[in-house]
Amino acid sequence: MSDPREAVAAVVDPEIRVITIDELGILRSVDEDPATGRVVVTITPTYTGCPAMDVIRADIRRALAAAGHPDAEVRTVYAPAWSTDWISERGRAKLADAGIAPPAPAARGGGVVPLTLAVRCPRCGSPETEQVSRFGSTACKALWRCRSCSEPFDHLKAL
Amino acid sequence: MSELFDFTLALGDDALITAQRLGEWTSRAPEMEEDVALANIALDQLGAARLLLTYAGELEGAGRDEDALAYLRGDREFRNCLLVELPNGDFGMTMAKLFLLAAYQLPLYTALSGCADERLAAIGAKARKESAYHLDHASLWVKRLGDGTDESHRRMQDAVDQVWPYTHELFTADPAAPVDPATLRADFDAVVSAVFDEATLTRPADGWAPGGGRDGVHTEHLSYLLAEMQVLHRAHPGARW
Repeated sequence: MSDPREAVAAVVDPEIRVITIDELGILRSVDEDPATGRVVVTITPTYTGCPAMDVIRADIRRALAAAGHPDAEVRTVYAPAWSTDWISERGRAKLADAGIAPPAPAARGGGVVPLTLAVRCPRCGSPETEQVSRFGSTACKALWRCRSCSEPFDHLKAL
Repeated sequence: MSELFDFTLALGDDALITAQRLGEWTSRAPEMEEDVALANIALDQLGAARLLLTYAGELEGAGRDEDALAYLRGDREFRNCLLVELPNGDFGMTMAKLFLLAAYQLPLYTALSGCADERLAAIGAKARKESAYHLDHASLWVKRLGDGTDESHRRMQDAVDQVWPYTHELFTADPAAPVDPATLRADFDAVVSAVFDEATLTRPADGWAPGGGRDGVHTEHLSYLLAEMQVLHRAHPGARW
């Protein structure tokens, strides 16, 4: 049997397949029940309606079964609520490499209208970019365009 | 317990019916980006609805899960406010409905996030972030259409006038609830006044205040919505994708 934490941490997000659930910050904990030895994984969704959660749960179970822990339990928690601030530095770099502009620090203080800092184009690095659509291909992304290189790109919305 | 069940069910029904209504726009929105936006907002509402209805089912303790509550109740058993069941109308009407709903849901979820019930607090903290985005999005459209052409202004004002009476039901006092809806009115008024001002829209006078949704007395529109939403589940009980 191999380390369950390692096995779960390597599971990739089914909608953004370049980043792991650990790097995305939705993997909250991996514990072993000392009495039964059963692995208990706790995850949290990016958005309440995230349709990838069922696939993520199945992928976690599959990864654990392959690592010798077939009897794992996957729990979903909602508090504390996920924030894009939980995406690791390595995760941000991977997103940028895949052409997805990583999020700015999440707005604090509960303001209704979040401040938007310049989003750099993940292809050419130009800060001359504009938002095309506030919503994108998945719940966590918005669609942007670079005015310098004209390429459209996804931007992970700060949350 | 029963009080908490009713409260949770009502919020879950608000979100569920909103999701179903917004979903009707899919492939019909005035532009591609808005199609994606409305579908995404519908998905957020559905996410909140699932959490709230699952919790309501547990509070009730009668073995009903989210699906039983969504698909196997008749219109008289739904507790959503009338505002969310009204037909979409034109795009301006849909934005007026979404804006006023979000201006209520944001302070509601924010207050819930600090309430004594741990489950509701967690749901509130999560949904609040999404609600803020909905409010922001709808506000931009209300301003753009209100302060747009003569025609867009006329239609936005008309939409606001038609929908406004249905907002009063949202703030019916309920001091025993985890969050008394009456306490949300000031936040709602502040946001709505600011956006209406910028949109050059006139806040409608308060008068007629239809209600009954929280008691299961709905407009005729809800039955048609439920018929479409529930038909598959009722025809094929327990079917799974």
